Amino acid sequence: MNSVRSIFSRLEIDERLLGMILCLVGIWIGFHLLSDGRFITPRNLYNLSLQTASVAIMAIGMVLIIIIRQIDLSVGSMLGVTAMIIGVIQTFWLPQILGGGHPLIMVIAVVCGITIGAALGGLNGLMIGYLGVPSFVVTLGGLLIWRGCAWWVTQGQTVAPLDENFTLLGGGVYGTIGETASWICAIVAAVVIAFAAHRRRRRHISFGFPVRPAWAEIAVVVAQCALPLGFAAIMNAYEMPAVAAQKLAEAKGWDIPEGGIHIFMGIPIPVLILVALAIGVSLLLNKTRFGRYVFAMGGNLEAAERAGINVKRMTVWVFVLMGALVGVSAIVASARLQSAGNSIGQLDELRVIAAAVIGGCTLAGGAGTISGAILGAIVIQSLQSGMSLLGYDASLQNIVTGLVLVLAVYIDRLYQQRRPG
Amino acid sequence: MTAPLVEMRNISISFGGVRAVDDVSIDLQPGEVVGLLGHNGAGKSTLIKILSGAYQADKGEILIDGKVADIKSSRDARDHRIETIYQNLALADNLDACANLFLGREMTSMGLLDEPAMEAAARKVIGRLNPNFKKYHAPVSALSGGQRQSVAIARAVHFDARILIMDEPTAALGVQETKMVAELIQQLKREGIGIFLISHDLHDVFDLSDRLSVMKNGKLVGTVRTQDVTKDDVLGMIILGKQPGAAAA
Ligand SMILES: Nc1ncnc2c1ncn2[C@@H]1O[C@H](COP(=O)(O)OP(=O)(O)OP(=O)(O)O)[C@@H](O)[C@H]1O
Ligand SMILES: [Mg+2]
Repeated sequence: MNSVRSIFSRLEIDERLLGMILCLVGIWIGFHLLSDGRFITPRNLYNLSLQTASVAIMAIGMVLIIIIRQIDLSVGSMLGVTAMIIGVIQTFWLPQILGGGHPLIMVIAVVCGITIGAALGGLNGLMIGYLGVPSFVVTLGGLLIWRGCAWWVTQGQTVAPLDENFTLLGGGVYGTIGETASWICAIVAAVVIAFAAHRRRRRHISFGFPVRPAWAEIAVVVAQCALPLGFAAIMNAYEMPAVAAQKLAEAKGWDIPEGGIHIFMGIPIPVLILVALAIGVSLLLNKTRFGRYVFAMGGNLEAAERAGINVKRMTVWVFVLMGALVGVSAIVASARLQSAGNSIGQLDELRVIAAAVIGGCTLAGGAGTISGAILGAIVIQSLQSGMSLLGYDASLQNIVTGLVLVLAVYIDRLYQQRRPG
Repeated sequence: MTAPLVEMRNISISFGGVRAVDDVSIDLQPGEVVGLLGHNGAGKSTLIKILSGAYQADKGEILIDGKVADIKSSRDARDHRIETIYQNLALADNLDACANLFLGREMTSMGLLDEPAMEAAARKVIGRLNPNFKKYHAPVSALSGGQRQSVAIARAVHFDARILIMDEPTAALGVQETKMVAELIQQLKREGIGIFLISHDLHDVFDLSDRLSVMKNGKLVGTVRTQDVTKDDVLGMIILGKQPGAAAA
């Protein structure tokens, strides 16, 4: 055990992340066997990625919130009210001004969604940072208030159908970037990964710092590159249903070859949004002063303050970021459902917090990773999808998800205690 | 005589009803070590936190190089090149030595943290203070008291302090490490840095300080030149709150 550990530390591999990936693979294989081979299929993984996107996007923000030792219980309700408002804007207001189906409708709805989310988050942040009300209380209030407001927007009526361009953002049948673009994205990602690793290594050598052995460096880079390429391959293996493909080809005026047209889906738009946000916020968290201060605030608030960090303003910005991500989630979630009902996002706060915690955020603050939280979101969604595939109802799904949450944190604790040093 | 490096004049501050510091005046010359002594709760840390920007005085003023300085925050203090090593070390436990050393003043290139450059600088300055220091990548919670102290002192040294405040710098340290800090103080003193040194260890302070200021119940008992007094005189000042007859400086 110890020798394995020393190899890991020599290679600078995050053991925790690796453990989670292995767990996830185990869960997938288990469901695959139990469901007679229906789980690990392009179609199911495509749907799984869609279902995960909304919670995973919010989990990105929750990581920062938990690192600075706060909590946000209001994200599900903020998602609800934001989705309702942008639903009304794009369905009732804008078509009257711009005419139905106008391409600007989607743009305006997106901008409104993000702005409303950021504003609600900022309100939380102001009360927590400047007025000193504990975040648990502020956001518990928000949980009730915004859910109530979500109902109020339309007196409980569900808004549908949403704008057609807008629903593409939810990753329906046409909501993907297509086969070619998927490959291009994956290849670009792989090149960037390899290039960044090379640059980092060169810089470390130039400063005379120790680096991984070359074979290990290459192995890690290959493993990292396999992720985008593998994902693109799976998404490109999922064939668009024949009827939809036919309609698309007709709409675009493509020739339909003999034996019908075969179109492959490629990466869904919400997943692309998730990946872009995850990379962006990871950079912010790990490579900028802002991120450094986020960690410092969680580690020792007083030290952060004495180091000249404006912790009140930082708190507001972290909650604004959370709110903006909730706005994006509201867009993705309502676009996927192609409607906005006042219960949208209900209980999401719990899934989001669970994802972050399973992903390694400690509620004591100061620690957490975005990749972990996203993996956490995938684990939760895999459990729920897998169990519904096997025909278990929601009550059992909740029980299992809850057990996994507690178990994950317990195992983490054991692991941390045994850790040398 | 030139103006002192720092002069704190008639400083008072209250917390609720408690006058933690009551009309205290102290000063510091370049290259001088002034020891600040007094019982628990005498007001030493509070006085010094006013200089480092953590608190603001209710009354009184601070002069730096003879000019009134308005110190409202730790940023302002830094702008005057005042660095503080706090009694309870102000380190973020979850960050490594390098991140702590640069906290609030990170090096960046193109908006991103320049980790290698910071690490190189950290290795240079910490290595000079504590050649045995190895754990540059561990969170500082995994460091010993002396190693943590090295990080805290390195922070002050790296950023070119003119005025250094050390509040119980050796409280958490073993004999060897205490000696290291003492040597360091001598070295900084030779470089012309003015140091306020707070410590409960009378021997340490006696050996290192040029002058001693004693506080009791928030008030200044008096300031004396170390060479003019004995340890017993100083003990008398701390306990009785009375200045020994002839030794006023
Ligand atoms: N933030 C605060 N709020 C209220 N009272 C305070 C605060 N800080 C200090 N005090 C009070 O002011 C007085 C002086 O405290 P201070 O910390 O300056 O003492 P000290 O001389 O540094 O003691 P020690 O040797 O134990 O460090 C004490 O009575 C303390 O209780
Ligand atoms: Mg004190």
